Formats: sequence, C-alpha cells, structure tokens
Amino acid sequence: MDKLLLGRYIQGDSLVHRLDPRVKMILCFYFVLIIFLCNNWQSYLLLGIVTLLSVLLSKIDLSYFVKGVMPLIWLILFTVLLQVFFTRGGPTYWQFGPLTLTQFGLVNGFYVFCRFVLIIFMSTLLTVTTTPLAIADATESLMQPLKKLKVPVHEIALMLSIALRFVPTLMDETTKIMNAQRSRGVDFSEGSLISRIKAVIPLLIPLFVSALTRAEDLATAMEARGYRGGEGRSKYRVQVWHLQDTLALVFFFLVTLALIFLRN
Amino acid sequence: MSAIIEIKDLSFAYDEESQQKTLSQIDLTIEQGQWVALIGHNGSGKSTLAKLLDGLLTPTEGTITVAGLPLNEENIWAIRDQIGMVFQNPDNQFVGADVEGDVAFGLENRGVSYEQMHQRVKEALEAVNMQAFAKHEPVRLSGGQKQRVAIAGVLAIRPQIVIFDESTSMLDPEGRAELVALMRRLNKEEGFTVISITHDIDEAALADRIIVLEKGKVIDDDTPENIFTRGNELSKVGLDVPYPERLKHELAKLGIKVPKKYLTEKELVDWLWQFNLKN
Repeated sequence: MDKLLLGRYIQGDSLVHRLDPRVKMILCFYFVLIIFLCNNWQSYLLLGIVTLLSVLLSKIDLSYFVKGVMPLIWLILFTVLLQVFFTRGGPTYWQFGPLTLTQFGLVNGFYVFCRFVLIIFMSTLLTVTTTPLAIADATESLMQPLKKLKVPVHEIALMLSIALRFVPTLMDETTKIMNAQRSRGVDFSEGSLISRIKAVIPLLIPLFVSALTRAEDLATAMEARGYRGGEGRSKYRVQVWHLQDTLALVFFFLVTLALIFLRN
Repeated sequence: MSAIIEIKDLSFAYDEESQQKTLSQIDLTIEQGQWVALIGHNGSGKSTLAKLLDGLLTPTEGTITVAGLPLNEENIWAIRDQIGMVFQNPDNQFVGADVEGDVAFGLENRGVSYEQMHQRVKEALEAVNMQAFAKHEPVRLSGGQKQRVAIAGVLAIRPQIVIFDESTSMLDPEGRAELVALMRRLNKEEGFTVISITHDIDEAALADRIIVLEKGKVIDDDTPENIFTRGNELSKVGLDVPYPERLKHELAKLGIKVPKKYLTEKELVDWLWQFNLKN
C-alpha cells in the first residue's frame, strides 16, 4: 500500500524534475485531451515520440513506466478485445456470431492500446518526477480561480497535505494494531469471506478511534501555533515560474499544431 | 524579576453543570525567566492549566494575565505569540509535510514575509541542531527528533514562554535526556520562561520551582530541594522522590554533608566515589 501511494516519486535532477509541478499537471491533463485528436498512425507516432522524448528527458529507467502499465493490463486488454471483435469495416478475416475480425477492428484495437499506454506513461512521468507535496501545492495553486465561486480552496489544499502527511503514520498504526490483534488470536488471512470481513472490524475500530484522537490533538496543536484559517497566511513554499516552463507549454502547443496537420 | 504570568482565582470545569471542577481557585504568579515544573497525578489538572494559559480552553472563573495582557477574545492571538507549546505526542503536532514546512507553519499563520520566514526557519533549525534534516519527512525522524522540530517551530515565533506539556513522556531515555538538556539551555542560556508539565521527577528536579497539583488544587509550591526534603507529602499524592534525593536525605540525617544541588543517579555515584578522598 505504502509503495502504491507514496513510493512512486523517484528523486532526480532532470529537466522534467525541475519543471514547475503546475506545468506538469496541466500538460499531463492536456496530453490526455489531445491524444483524442489522433486518428491515424502518423499522429500516434508523433505523440509516441513526444512521450518517449519526455521519458528520456526524465532520465528515469523505462522499466518504471512499464511497471506503471501492469496494474491496468487486464482493463487494457479487455478494452482492446472489445474494439477488435466488435468494430466492423474493411475486409473481414473471421466471423462467429456477433464477433467479427476486421481490418478496422484490428487497427482500432491497436490505436486504443497505444492510447492507454501513452496516457499511463505520461501520468507515471508526472508522479515519478513530482513529490506528492508538490502535487498538492500545484493543485491549490491551479484551483485559485475557484475561490471566486466560494470554493474553500485553502482548506481543501490543507486537508490534502495533512492527509498525505498522515498516510505513513496511519499505515504504521495499522500494522501495529494488526500485530496486536494477531497476538490475541485474530486471523486476518484465512477463513471464509465473511469471517475475513469480520476480522477487519477489530482492526478498523481501534484505527478510527486513534485517528480521531490524532485529529483532535492536531487541531489543538494547530490552534496553539496560531492557525486561524487561510486569511492572511503567507506561504513557505512558493512556486516560481521559469523559462523552461514557458518553453514546455510552447512545445506542447506546437505538437498540437502538428497533430492537427497530421490527422485526417 | 517581573511576573510574566499571573493567575488569579482560576477555576475550570469541563462540564459547567457538574460540581466536579478540574481546577479550583488557583492563584499563581510565574516570574520571567523561571523554570517551573508542574507535577501531579493523571487528572490532577496539569494539562488543563497549560491549555487555559494558551487560551485553548476558557476559564469558568478567574483571570489570567500573560506578559501584561489579560487573556480574552481580543488578546488571545497576541498571547499565543508569547507562548509556544510543545505537546505530548510527537506525531500529532507535526502539521507540515517535511521538517522545514512544519517549522514554517506558525510563521505562515502569522503572515510573515517569504525572506524573513526562510531566515527564521533556518535559525530555528540550527538552534535545535536539526538543520541537516530540513527536507526530511516526519516518518524518517525519531520521536526525539520530532519533538526538537516542534521546539524549532516554537522558537521561530520567538515567544517569551515555552510550555512543555508532557513532551518527554513518549520518548526513549536517550531522546528524553536530549530534550531535557535542550529545555535547560533554553531556560538558562536563552532566557525563556519554561513551564514543564511532567511525570518525570528527574525532569522536575531540574526546575527552579515545583508546583504540585492534586485534584485541581495547588498543594505544594516550592524549590525542588525543599519539596524533596518533605518527601512524605509527595508520596502521599503518589509521586516518588527520586532515589538519589532519598539517599541524600538519609545521609544528611547521619550528619554527613551532602551537596545541595540536585544530583542524578550517576552524579551521586560519582560524588560517593570521591567522597572519602575529599573529606
């Protein structure tokens, strides 16, 4: 669990690491949008090259990205198979009831596969080159306009960063409680589904109680340290916009132009 | 010396309906630069008193004056600028995602400018010797290190008073000794008024003054030497006089001249070894 949530960040000092987290987040979402512009092999090739180039620039081993695809591989294969067997058009190679194997189907299946892999590579790139904290900060910064709509941006960001900060603490606590309950004879890993669900209760209740105690303590500590809402607060970590951030945005703009030119 | 905290006729009950008062009619004056230890049983009202001083709880009756300011709605934030608190659980007071972020939390709350904030965080971390850990997340720190970060967070605000609310109770002996040494330095060298709430009699023995609370009342208020000499009263409220103090007391009864200063067990052993050589 720990690895899944937080162990993703890999320290480094590449160009991608140094990019402003806001730019990385924007570009990651933007990439997901423009990939839907692709409709032929030239356009997929272009985005494939862009992705590969970004990965190379991060100086992070390609195997991390392949690992990022693995947890989703069944979803990807399922979607690809749906595309392959249910798309009609072009020469038909094989048919069985509603299932057909056509040229269009194969091509579409391949495109869907590329789309998934490229999106996962790009989002993996965001999480391995950006600390969770930087992502939380970037989220706050990007949500600023929502303040006008009375969205409590500061509070949401604070909750996010406190949640991130307490994940490892609560993980430790869970392990401790599990060990404590095991030593009293609770079996977490065997028995029927029902009995396993039942076994979780003596784990969850102490965990909730302790989480609430922690929350209360934390609130007291925050008040003692002068916290009184987002009003009039200054920021210790300030994100500074560099030339490289502008260049990254310009680069993706050019890619979009090329994409529009290449698609048919 | 002038009084920095004045408590007059203070009473407090968590439940206003009930007759059970957590604190009743406390009158205390704490001098600037003093190190005061508050000791007493669980539920004797020690922590409640500390929370009242910082305005985290509102008194049922009585007044509190901190650094010349009466504690009320209007002054509460000015008073919190004067009082820094370090709590018991090292994890539950760590707000920031990393060490420097946590030290900066109090400064951010006060809207301190960017340059000044970075300068003060750096100084505060140096003061507790944690500068090498500035980028560390809390999971990678020991309990004692986390408490030192909490102290850095307090120092960054530059208060006059530091309250330690059982801050050493969850630490291992090594972390505890380090923290007590740091408390001593803050009080003796940097001139902070220190209030330490503690179960640890060795920690209390280092203070200038010990206040013993029992069932919400001050039952004793004196120097550690005097309190330990009247050992019986302490054991009546379930607190033990430290062993070296008891031994010293017994030796004094036999007419042996013992040092007045509080000695830890090791210091007393060293003193005993040298005793025959010196006399």
